[in-house]
Amino acid sequence: MYSYSDFDEAFVRARVAQFTDQVERRLDGSLTEDEFRPLRLMNGLYLQLHAYMLRVAIPYGTISPRQMRQLALIADTWDKGYGHFTTRQNIQFNWPKLPDVPAILTALADVEMHAIQTSGNCVRNVTADHFAGAAADEIEDPRPYAELLRQWSTDHPEFQFLPRKFKIAITGAPNDRAVTKAHDIGLRMVKNAAGEVGFEVIVGGGLGRTPMVGMVVRDFLPVEDLLPYVEAVLSVYNVLGRRDNKYKARIKITLHETGKAEITRMVEERFAELKPLFGGNDQKLLADIREAFALPAFRDAPTAAYDAFYKADPVFRAWADTNLAQHRNDQYAIVTVSIKAHGQTPGDATSDQMRLLADLAETYGHADLRISHEQNVILPHVHKSDLPAVHAALVKAGLGTANVGLISDIIACPGMDYCALATARAIPVAQEIATRFNDLKLEHDIGPLKIKISGCINACGHHHVGHIGILGLDRAGVENYQITLGGDGSEDATIGEKTGPGFAYDQVVPAIERIVLAYLDLRQSPEETFLQAYRRVGVGPFKTALYEAGERDAA
Amino acid sequence: MSVLVTDKGFSPLPELPSSGVADLAHTDDPAALDLAGLTLIRVHVPAFSDGRGFTIGRRLRMLGYTGELRAVGPIIADQYPMARRVGFDAVEIPDEMAARQPEAQWLNRANWQAHDYQARLKA
Repeated sequence: MYSYSDFDEAFVRARVAQFTDQVERRLDGSLTEDEFRPLRLMNGLYLQLHAYMLRVAIPYGTISPRQMRQLALIADTWDKGYGHFTTRQNIQFNWPKLPDVPAILTALADVEMHAIQTSGNCVRNVTADHFAGAAADEIEDPRPYAELLRQWSTDHPEFQFLPRKFKIAITGAPNDRAVTKAHDIGLRMVKNAAGEVGFEVIVGGGLGRTPMVGMVVRDFLPVEDLLPYVEAVLSVYNVLGRRDNKYKARIKITLHETGKAEITRMVEERFAELKPLFGGNDQKLLADIREAFALPAFRDAPTAAYDAFYKADPVFRAWADTNLAQHRNDQYAIVTVSIKAHGQTPGDATSDQMRLLADLAETYGHADLRISHEQNVILPHVHKSDLPAVHAALVKAGLGTANVGLISDIIACPGMDYCALATARAIPVAQEIATRFNDLKLEHDIGPLKIKISGCINACGHHHVGHIGILGLDRAGVENYQITLGGDGSEDATIGEKTGPGFAYDQVVPAIERIVLAYLDLRQSPEETFLQAYRRVGVGPFKTALYEAGERDAA
Repeated sequence: MSVLVTDKGFSPLPELPSSGVADLAHTDDPAALDLAGLTLIRVHVPAFSDGRGFTIGRRLRMLGYTGELRAVGPIIADQYPMARRVGFDAVEIPDEMAARQPEAQWLNRANWQAHDYQARLKA
């Protein structure tokens, strides 16, 4: 994986010194609270409901065992012994004290990490396919481009005070695991007729209160044009984006109001001006970065023991069936470690669990770890013969839950338990759904089903692209949960459809149960997934199950 | 009154030349400006949090303007390197800002050429 150059190292150290100075200048009155706010946000420090929250970037989701151990140390030293993995491949510490933040940033810099641009109206942490470099379906590892974008966007002088935040996601595979169509810019690697690799550029996707699937503004962008093109999009957005209303300030609204044809024309014009200003060093740096992401030296060893264990042990088999994905090397598997134990907070890992994951990655996983936007941890390169040992160690640490992609593998935002913006609880709803379906022993029978929960209209829990989406609102001081169905964050990105009136807190789990039981009734075979069944029959039968079959406490 | 900030620190605002000066608002399109004969362009920034001025400055340089370029408004010292990197030569800040953020805080950021990813990537 990428290791900091001297330049990166000096930059991050200088940045820590700058932020330390900014904190002091806030305290002595040189900076007003209004002036300090964007500065602390662009350094990852967020003010939440009860305390500050520090959001640390895990660029493109890639993290080394050494870095993971440092996160554990930070959790133990300056927080409450745990961290929260987020949908944007960050980790959040929920209880840091402001005077400790410079020390935490220094501890991060010690392992080549930072919290830069994880918040605020700037280009955020660039996210990527969490299976990058390991997936069997990949054209090329997208992470070198993500790292190039990280460097380009870091402290970009023109784009630190944008109309609103700006999120970029990148994938190198046709199966989109990075939700590229729900980002301000989505980059999907494609091949043209000549077999050359480039990007399909998608602009203007986003969730929030106005969910939109992004539009393709360039079918094929040669890889060497990546930076000037992305810079052109930002340059046009920085001028055109609305600043009169923060709810209309994202590029999706700019695109909608200006029109795709006009925006595309402006971007192409700006791109033509910018391209000659790049003298070629970005491509030299890219070549170096590519080398850093070279494949590990895969072992060549028999896998017969794995096959035998798979046949013999039903608990292992259940886990293998849900938590393993196909690796580019047939002897290997990609392991998704579920951070969604039934009844626990989705995405929360203790410092002990972090250390165990670091140990496993070192012993069995070519020292590579990933964080997925679905709030799980990935061991991307595990030889199949090592899987029984990995599984046994995970089970011992409470990390052996066999539920990846199933109904209890829920994305939930922090909701009213932590967030100042939240209008309803999200984590307890996720916990109760997971517990309920675990009790019913239906989870594996139901099969692939993505539930995503947001505790307010800002949609951090991605509910719009959940197969079942749950949105918690505040109706006259009472939590009320709207349900959407048929959302999809994959390459077939779709915004879910509202079913109708929402449900009270204590009615939302029974409502989800009615939806799921209706699906089990109407599916043509166990192979027909929830989403496939929904697409076949539409919302009708589910509405009936929700509002007519059962008792209803809708608002 | 205002204070002029350059890499050398504060100085009183010199009198504006009688000709060759253009003032641009944060909503103006720099491409619409006739650059011929201009020796000073002042880009007015309404609030430190409005980043449009940075793109305007950059565009003016891309359009070939080589004269003096200033950002004018309640810019904070932390933005000084950004202003310099996109092509401004100096910033004009209100007296209130100069009093609250004294010269040392600006001089502290006068090393704007260090640690600049853009210069590295575009070389």
